[in-house]
Amino acid sequence: MTDQDIRTLVATQLGRIAPEIPFDSIDPDEDLREECDIDSMDFLTLITAIGKELSLPMPEADYDEMRSLNELLDYLRRHSD
Amino acid sequence: MSKFVMPSLGADMEDGTLVEQLVAPGDPVHRGDIIAAVETQKGAIEIEVFEDGFLDKWLVPLGTKVPVGTPIAMIRASDVPDAPQPTDPVPPVPPRELPEPPAPDQPPAPPEEPVPEPEQPPSAPPEMAPTGRQRVSPAARRRAAQIGFDLRSLGTDRIISLDDLPTDEAGPKGEPLSAMRQAIAAAMTRAKREIPHYYLSDSIDLTIAEDFISAHNEDAPPENRLSIGVLYIRAVALAAQKYPTFNGHFVDDRFVASDAVHLGMAINLRGGGLVAPALHDATEGDLSALMHRLKDLVARVRQGRFRARELSDPTLTLTSLGDRGVAGITGVIFPPQVAIVGIGTPALCPRVVDGVVQPRRVAHITLAADHRVSDGHDGAQFLRRIIKHMQNPETL
Repeated sequence: MTDQDIRTLVATQLGRIAPEIPFDSIDPDEDLREECDIDSMDFLTLITAIGKELSLPMPEADYDEMRSLNELLDYLRRHSD
Repeated sequence: MSKFVMPSLGADMEDGTLVEQLVAPGDPVHRGDIIAAVETQKGAIEIEVFEDGFLDKWLVPLGTKVPVGTPIAMIRASDVPDAPQPTDPVPPVPPRELPEPPAPDQPPAPPEEPVPEPEQPPSAPPEMAPTGRQRVSPAARRRAAQIGFDLRSLGTDRIISLDDLPTDEAGPKGEPLSAMRQAIAAAMTRAKREIPHYYLSDSIDLTIAEDFISAHNEDAPPENRLSIGVLYIRAVALAAQKYPTFNGHFVDDRFVASDAVHLGMAINLRGGGLVAPALHDATEGDLSALMHRLKDLVARVRQGRFRARELSDPTLTLTSLGDRGVAGITGVIFPPQVAIVGIGTPALCPRVVDGVVQPRRVAHITLAADHRVSDGHDGAQFLRRIIKHMQNPETL
């Protein structure tokens, strides 16, 4: 998976949850849930979808490493070989 | 042969538009099958059939708006198209036994005069000065402000009345309420008019419950993880089963308690609005099963699709602010229900546990209940029961 693939995957899944938020308008260093107005259920849906695509467990203990979009992308890069 | 009618999906629903026919004439149908979708103020709602048989024909074309109670399809018992039919052996199938009173609440018309007394042009313009002030009736003044009409163009030689103003302009300023807001307005106006609410509040120490969730989720793949919300649901449902005066419907001056707890989940919609469809039988099944049903419900609601029964069945509502909200919420009861439980966003607070001040995760919990049916003492017991369950998550 290239960085671009990961980015595209996240953009697609976020688009399903928050379709009215243009991906480019998300401040990548701010809290992703605030940026996209997603609740914990939406976040779980997002993690479930991404985890499935990348075959990653994405444990709950790691949620703190995925607060912002940049952190999430970085996390996915580090864990998807 | 029996008639399948446009169901009432709530006290505030008067009509619906048939937008999908999911079964073709001649096809078999089974009790519980979704055979149509109806567009209402609350979105597209899937409609179930309540008997076994065959769809004979559709009586209403797609896209047609019809009042509640209008037959929209015929269902026959056998697959022979022209089976001799005893004259309507089956009474028209009411989609629900719920005795919804005819909605007394029209969605409120836009308020007659939403615009406050407009500020007038500061003073009489100079060209009028010689003959004095222009005299304008209050109604005309208001209308002029609403439509942006310049009163000076009418001169000062007479009293200006409403009749002197152009009438073909747009009406009052401001957007009319969306269908969603009208539905909310109707239900909440009725609630505040008819239901004598009383309110109680307390706090829940969530430390144990959150540890319970973390332990469960530690090795679980995302799709099997639980959220704290599912514990709230189960705790409220079990308490409601024990204290039935908070679980049921108040209709025609009577309270009918419900054996089952169909917990209305207040779910906010992206782009605005709110619906509170039922999570059926919230006391049943294990927590994982409940969580799956919750996720399914939320996903469908967010897509604007839920089932007729989900809208009319809730016997009690839970509104939870989640983890990005504020400390507390005190709800407005959704008629004909008689109570709503509100849980705020948990926060780390100092709390005395075993004689020692400790940081604990705490959430406010509130109850708004119908004083016609219960009193504060009952409410306190109900609320304490919920809190107790939350301290013992293994009982949930």
